Amino acid sequence: MSGVFENKELFKSGHTACAGCAVATGFRHIMRAVGKDCVIVNATGCSEIFTSAYPKSAWEVPYVHCVFENAAPVAAGVVEALRAMGNDHTKVVVLAGDGASYDIGFGHLSGMLERGHDVLYISYDNEAYMNTGVQRSGATPWKAYTTTSQVGSKIRGKLQNKKPMTEIVAAHGIPYVASSTSAHYTDLEMKVKKALSIRGPKFLNVLCTCVPGWGTDPSLSIQYLKDAVDTHVWPLLEIENGYLKMNMKPEKKPVETYLKGQKRFKHLTPEDVSEIQKMVDERWEGWVWREKVDTERKKELGE
Amino acid sequence: MKKTIEGSFAVAEVVRDCSPDVVACFPITPSTHIAEELDKMYANGEIKSYTAVESEFSAISMIVGASAAGARAFTTTDSQGLALMHEVIFAASGMRLPMVIVNANRSLSAPLSIWNDHQDSVSERDSGWIQLYCKNNQEVVDTVPQAFKISEDTNIPVMVCMDGFYLTHLVEQIDVPQRDMISGYLPPRKALYKLDPENPITMGMYALPATYQGFRIDLHEDVIASAKNIKEEMEAWAKVSGRSYGNGLWEEIGLSDAEVVFIGMGSVMENAELAIEKMRKDGKKAGILRIRCYRPFPSEAVKALAGKKAVVFEKALSMGADAPLYSELCTCAKEAGVDCELSSIIGGLGGKDVTVADIEAMLSEAEAGVVKKVWGD
Amino acid sequence: MKPANGKPGTSMENKTGSWRTQMPVVDKEKCIKCGQCAMNCPDGCIFVTPNGAQPNYEYCKGCGICSQVCPVKCIKMVTEEK
Repeated sequence: MSGVFENKELFKSGHTACAGCAVATGFRHIMRAVGKDCVIVNATGCSEIFTSAYPKSAWEVPYVHCVFENAAPVAAGVVEALRAMGNDHTKVVVLAGDGASYDIGFGHLSGMLERGHDVLYISYDNEAYMNTGVQRSGATPWKAYTTTSQVGSKIRGKLQNKKPMTEIVAAHGIPYVASSTSAHYTDLEMKVKKALSIRGPKFLNVLCTCVPGWGTDPSLSIQYLKDAVDTHVWPLLEIENGYLKMNMKPEKKPVETYLKGQKRFKHLTPEDVSEIQKMVDERWEGWVWREKVDTERKKELGE
Repeated sequence: MKKTIEGSFAVAEVVRDCSPDVVACFPITPSTHIAEELDKMYANGEIKSYTAVESEFSAISMIVGASAAGARAFTTTDSQGLALMHEVIFAASGMRLPMVIVNANRSLSAPLSIWNDHQDSVSERDSGWIQLYCKNNQEVVDTVPQAFKISEDTNIPVMVCMDGFYLTHLVEQIDVPQRDMISGYLPPRKALYKLDPENPITMGMYALPATYQGFRIDLHEDVIASAKNIKEEMEAWAKVSGRSYGNGLWEEIGLSDAEVVFIGMGSVMENAELAIEKMRKDGKKAGILRIRCYRPFPSEAVKALAGKKAVVFEKALSMGADAPLYSELCTCAKEAGVDCELSSIIGGLGGKDVTVADIEAMLSEAEAGVVKKVWGD
Repeated sequence: MKPANGKPGTSMENKTGSWRTQMPVVDKEKCIKCGQCAMNCPDGCIFVTPNGAQPNYEYCKGCGICSQVCPVKCIKMVTEEK
């Protein structure tokens, strides 16, 4: 392919993601920032299926997939092998969904982080097991409908809150943790590049719209992610060497802006929405408070 | 040169001298000493890397990643640890990645037992791994370099099975192969394909119904074909070390004129050697067929059983069916048209002792044509 | 020996444009060549040319993101007649 349509990207067209898949958009940004000198380790999930159906691959870089829950230790093995064989430069990057990261592979991810392998782990979080047809995960938000957090006469959506993964990962004391979305490409690419400039384990939590999973119009996949940030539902932040920094403090839009039009939330009552607003506000205030404390502490320590 | 050493430490020494790039282990009795010793070697700069992972699942996953990156990779485990690896065990062979596991055979829960039998690795027989069962520690240390060679030549992972405690914790005289001997035999790994930014490939793809079966049958056929490599490597190793174990696939002792034969795998076969030696002194024509290579299954081995009575003794069950080794030998005998009288005995589960006298008694029962199906309470 | 390995970039053989029911049509007069469409496309199949944005219909699945993110609303989704 040449001329106008020459595709020079490391993550190619022809993958079989759904129309409007924000994971695919995110991967384009991530790969632009990662560059050629890498190994991609993918967990089982949507992105593995839509990029690597034998014999066709959307990857222009070395790529390996093994099973659902072991992307972190496979990546650890890749990086230890490269370093043992004298390769000191190739970046090892995990791409894994929230099912693989928040749930089934959680312990193995924790082990990889604790041991300090030189791996960038990117969790693309679309807030449920989308590959198997939208089942709830630890990342599914409160009240959201999935096929295993059903809306019935007694129970109306997920009973539990979303797992605070960014904080849990940060609690490992690793050098770099950040959150972003597929829509905020400048932020996302900056974070991928920064993460890759740091030795040791790094974690990025990237929110991605899922058209069939969220029940949204495919054309709005980017808009919903912007709304998630603008409503303070999904803050863009970095925790570098333990210090929190909020990358964006948008003027808060009401949470309805984000919830409306998503079929997974269509059963919400006005009371549910105000409860969500309260939860979002409390979490946001928590982040703002922590940023303040961290900034002061950083100043005190002269770092 | 022989030295007095614990089996586990001898294994660690030979693994070190096979120059692995990546070793990742999680401690589990009775393989723990191998892992500890390898970590000590790492601490002393004797091996390139050692990772103490948080589970056997991560251990096998790490060596999958390492092997995919072109490294020589090793882990050790047993029992619950091997069972925890199960999912990745299948993926590793399916991805055609060479690697070696030393499995310190131990029973599976429940009830919990740390003692020896073969249920752990026999339960992985259908995984597409080569499985080699050793009768003593000398054989284990002679088999590990062969395992790396076979695995890297065939792109099929190899499991070296040594009986937990009976071998792992046995301190005895072992001639541990030295680095110079091994390096003359085992060249550095040359990966047929690997994760390489200079030459990117996509590994571990998913297959639709049109292609999946083809990959699985291809692996199956290659595992069968690896018998040739196993035999050749036994010959090659014999040239280097002066030691060999049958033809690599199985070992026969006193089989040609034997009337009753003891068939089995692992360290119990050393007891069997003592038993038949004693029986022969007493004028009884007893022999041994030791299955060394359980996968690929050495179907040719049954030919030597024509006209004989044999006890197939095994430390594993296939719950609700005939014992695995027995049923496979029966099938092979039938297919080869070999007329022999095979009897199945299950025993030694969860560390139950199987003595020389027990084996003599089993063979006497076989001679008389009345065999207990289960040995011991 | 036949591992299930693949060659890089071969997904380009999948002409996912056949999935499309709606197609983006660019009003090149209005296009300011900002590249928002190209950046946000999940399929990497809309390009900024000197004449304005140009979708590659071989791969475009017709999701409409380009149309939605366009700051000057120069991309219209129209039902495709096949």
